[in-house]
Amino acid sequence: MNQYTAQDFKKGQPRWCPGCGDHFFLASLQKAMAELGVPPYETAVISGIGCSSRLPYYANTYAMQTIHGRAAAISTGAKVTNPNLTIWQVSGDGDALAIGGNHFIHAMRRNVDLNMILLNNRIYGLTKGQYSPTSPRGFVSKSSPFGTTEDPFRPAELCFGARGNFFARSVASDNNETIAILKAAYQHKGAAVCEILQNCVIFNDNCHSSVYTSQGRKENAIYVKHGEPLIFGPNQEYGLIQEGFGLKVVKIGENGVKKEDILVHDAHCQDNTLQLKLA
Amino acid sequence: MEEQIEVKELDNVVVHFSGDSGDGMQLAGNIFTTVSATVGNGVSTFPDYPADIRAPQGSLTGVSGFQVHIGAGKVYTPGDRCDVLVAMNAAALKMQYRHCKPNGTIIIDTDSFGQRDLQKAEFRSDDYLGEMGIDPDRVVACPITKMVKDCLADTGMDNKSMLKCRNMFALGLVCWLFNRDLTLVNNYLEKKFKKKPAIAEANIRVVQAGYDYGHNVHASVPNTYRVESAVKEPGRYMDITGNKATAYGLMAAAERAGLRLFLGSYPITPATDILHELAKHKSMGVTTVQCEDEIAGCASAIGAAFAGALAATSTSGPGICLKSEAMNLALIDELPLVIVDVQRGGPSTGMPTKSEQTDLLQVLYGRNGESPMPVIAATSPTDCFDAAYNACKIALEHMTPVVLLTDAFIANGSSAWKLPNIEELPEIHPHFVTEDQKYKYTPYKRDPETLARYWAIPGTEGYTHILGGLEKDGETGSISTDPENHDKMDRLRWDKVARIPVPDLKVLGDEKDADLLIVGFGSSYGHLYSAMEELRAKGHKVALAQFKYVNPLPKNTAEVLARYKKVVVAEQNLGQLAALLRIRINHFAPYQYNQVKGQPFVVSELVTTFEKLLKLHCQKKRVVRSIQRYFSKRVYK
Repeated sequence: MNQYTAQDFKKGQPRWCPGCGDHFFLASLQKAMAELGVPPYETAVISGIGCSSRLPYYANTYAMQTIHGRAAAISTGAKVTNPNLTIWQVSGDGDALAIGGNHFIHAMRRNVDLNMILLNNRIYGLTKGQYSPTSPRGFVSKSSPFGTTEDPFRPAELCFGARGNFFARSVASDNNETIAILKAAYQHKGAAVCEILQNCVIFNDNCHSSVYTSQGRKENAIYVKHGEPLIFGPNQEYGLIQEGFGLKVVKIGENGVKKEDILVHDAHCQDNTLQLKLA
Repeated sequence: MEEQIEVKELDNVVVHFSGDSGDGMQLAGNIFTTVSATVGNGVSTFPDYPADIRAPQGSLTGVSGFQVHIGAGKVYTPGDRCDVLVAMNAAALKMQYRHCKPNGTIIIDTDSFGQRDLQKAEFRSDDYLGEMGIDPDRVVACPITKMVKDCLADTGMDNKSMLKCRNMFALGLVCWLFNRDLTLVNNYLEKKFKKKPAIAEANIRVVQAGYDYGHNVHASVPNTYRVESAVKEPGRYMDITGNKATAYGLMAAAERAGLRLFLGSYPITPATDILHELAKHKSMGVTTVQCEDEIAGCASAIGAAFAGALAATSTSGPGICLKSEAMNLALIDELPLVIVDVQRGGPSTGMPTKSEQTDLLQVLYGRNGESPMPVIAATSPTDCFDAAYNACKIALEHMTPVVLLTDAFIANGSSAWKLPNIEELPEIHPHFVTEDQKYKYTPYKRDPETLARYWAIPGTEGYTHILGGLEKDGETGSISTDPENHDKMDRLRWDKVARIPVPDLKVLGDEKDADLLIVGFGSSYGHLYSAMEELRAKGHKVALAQFKYVNPLPKNTAEVLARYKKVVVAEQNLGQLAALLRIRINHFAPYQYNQVKGQPFVVSELVTTFEKLLKLHCQKKRVVRSIQRYFSKRVYK
């Protein structure tokens, strides 16, 4: 088996703004590629348009930067033609969910073996600061000076709605977790979506502030892993339990809640009702 | 008995089957065509069906027609008017009688001419023949519905199923008129209803009944016809529609190039049959994806081309509008791709089931930036095979997207096609990367002759590269906004297409001394050719030049067009080819004949107009111009 290092997948000098989440993600992707050991010439990185879609230019593999929104459709054609290729399809929130929304949902439903990356900074960066389909309601931007009146997509809900079988999410600044979900996406045979929460330092700084730092993640992030209880908090003292039709945050030890009462994640459960609650 | 019937020996006969949308007229017409092609007749067909999903039964808008022209030799059009009209109900007679020759035979099902049927067809009285001025002697009036029911009475079939066989009675009757061997019809039916032997049996019985009826009542038919088949080139023939021929052309090219065929498509009238046909051939290495939209159809094909397939996308005009951006990606990436545009009536949804040639300028100029793309226009249903094959050859050898223009008329129409031997088709050499470029490959290095870049397929070691929609440096392929480089790249892309070798424009007819040169492109070939032949038969000196390659234009175009005193450009649009030729050729000022009715040209109308043109006297250029203006107004209407 070939042994590769992240260096083997590097090319050129990225031109993103300093501090952009794309830098973090690129490093994670290259490291994941090296660990997976698929040769660069059997790998294709295919993107659409946007800041994040510049990524293929920095990957030393077969690559295509295409047109706005169509990367999923182009990847589908490439994969069914050449099934031995490992395809990383890279899109931003505008590319995948606005102009390319139709291709995104149908790629999920069609379930061709693609690794689909959704780099979500909840803003249009390349066109300099308009709200995106994931910007929260009321978001003030150049194109919404009085705040938006639209509700944002939750990408995971969209995946479930489109009958997708694999969805994972991590934070760009958390390289280890990002690498872990990228590898899981590669292992999954079928369409797999990895949503990467990332910061836009220029147009939408601190958009994922609650989980962007390691301290924030310690307090607010739940690491959802198959077979493990859904617990979180600085001392792992909080957890999720099922209550009525929904989920509820509880503190272990309070009101008689024991660790055994906490929901255990089942990634393969056919009924995705509870997964949807985590979206 | 037989000897007493007057048998007309004819070179050519046109039959028009018409009835309600659900009456199975397309099937009856198709079987008759197949049988005629099998016995060696030349055939050309034109299905004319309504755009309504299912118009009210018996109504005028619900009439569906199928016209077939059979001839002893080659036939070029489905014919202007028919010799035999089959009208399965009152509405069909009302709507389609205009397609009938003044002395043509009319077959009607009298059981479908009741009070209610006549009302729906908007007849004012019971005397429908009188109202339309039809001589009853020309009419074969038979109670088809009743006879079909009698014929099938002992089968235990329900009423509805029995009525579905009415079309076969009409077919049997037409077969008798043209001395067609029913064995061939029976074989067709047995094959078609292989899984439903009872249905096959019923249909065969009804065809026989129709045939026998024709034989028994021959006294009331003025004539019966026989079209002898001329000696044709020996080989295996089949009746083929343009869409099927297009699909076969793509498959043959993939086979000859040693590649998988990929089709990304979204259903659209009248192009969908290409997807239907190719979807059947998975076992031959064909991959089809019915995409979520037109854009994805083109986009997935681009992905397939990148990954190493012969990629194609099929659509009609509105789909081209949606694919335009993606077509440009294929263009700047310089990937091989075939875009099939089966033109239909526009603009917008327009007339989806009708035919016109109105996308020419769209496919040439309807994209952003400088966007040169080769365009090939097929001239007949069978030519769709050659045109599709050549489109693939150009795409793969010159690394460029290519547009193939057909239209509803030739896509749905059919003619007799001799199956080619695949070894005799021209070789196709995809412009693959060479071994010496390994580890130093740059995607935009070009062949100095053709300017085609080299194709490296993902999965091959030593050729990793990136393609993209951004302008690139001509040497390295990396992103470049350098002004000089962009100017150079635009010119390179133009030059690459301009260098594609295409056959010279052929002049048919009175090449040396024609007083009038008729110019057309694509599917109008048959009608323009027939018009030319009729004019020549009347003693005029006329020639025809039909463009098949519209971009790049044949090298001898300017020379040919300058050779004749009068030139008329005839097309089913408001002057798109004429406009193109005016742009490309200095001082070219043709007469124009334009029609956009959604129907093919009518040969007799062409002949009348061109005769008027021939009579115009013109000595000086200036005079020509003014007459041309006067004349354009008149032919423009």
